[in-house]
Amino acid sequence: MTEWLLEGLTALMLLLGGGLMLIAAIGAVRLPDLPTRLHATTKAGALGAALTIAAVALHFACISVTARAAAVIVFIVLTAPVAAHLIGRAGYFVGVPLWEGTVKDELRDRYDPESHVLRSGLTKQAAESGGKQRGRDA
Amino acid sequence: MVEIATYLVFAMLSVALILALVRLIKGPMLPNRVVALELIASLVVGFIAAYSIHTGVDDFIDVAIVMALLAFMAAVGFARYLEKGGPRDD
Repeated sequence: MTEWLLEGLTALMLLLGGGLMLIAAIGAVRLPDLPTRLHATTKAGALGAALTIAAVALHFACISVTARAAAVIVFIVLTAPVAAHLIGRAGYFVGVPLWEGTVKDELRDRYDPESHVLRSGLTKQAAESGGKQRGRDA
Repeated sequence: MVEIATYLVFAMLSVALILALVRLIKGPMLPNRVVALELIASLVVGFIAAYSIHTGVDDFIDVAIVMALLAFMAAVGFARYLEKGGPRDD
């Protein structure tokens, strides 16, 4: 019974992982611009790889394999978002065009591509209110 | 049951690899190609996992570790290269 359950769970995790990675690849082909493609490949791809590795841990069910599989999963889950952020940031700075249906591009007025300076709305507000504060004090 | 599942996963990952290759060739710019490369790396990690179950050799997990590490380093390198500028021909 336990054998059967473990086998079923392993097969299920393998299939789920494979399906998620297939969805990630379909998203990478069909989605219209860089950030949306990153969204598909990072989330679905990382979860798919993690699930298949977890299936390996479940299949062999011994300490050494499980420890290495856990290391791979932790590594994937930690690095996938960082790598996606780096690529997305670099792509925006390089000037990769966004999809024409994009509704909101909050960086457009706040980022200076020459000097790589990013002004946040918060510091602007703080500077204005600080100026008022000083004016009132004087 | 696991046997059939590994075959199915091989098929799905092969289709996914072909789709990722389409994105790698089509581009349109270098960042999109980097996205495709990263996806291919994680697909290969999944492939290694399925292969390790299929053959019953657990040592392939180490290859998956190296593959994930390499993919991350490549992504960081590409992003740094793109941000710092330099001649680009995409």
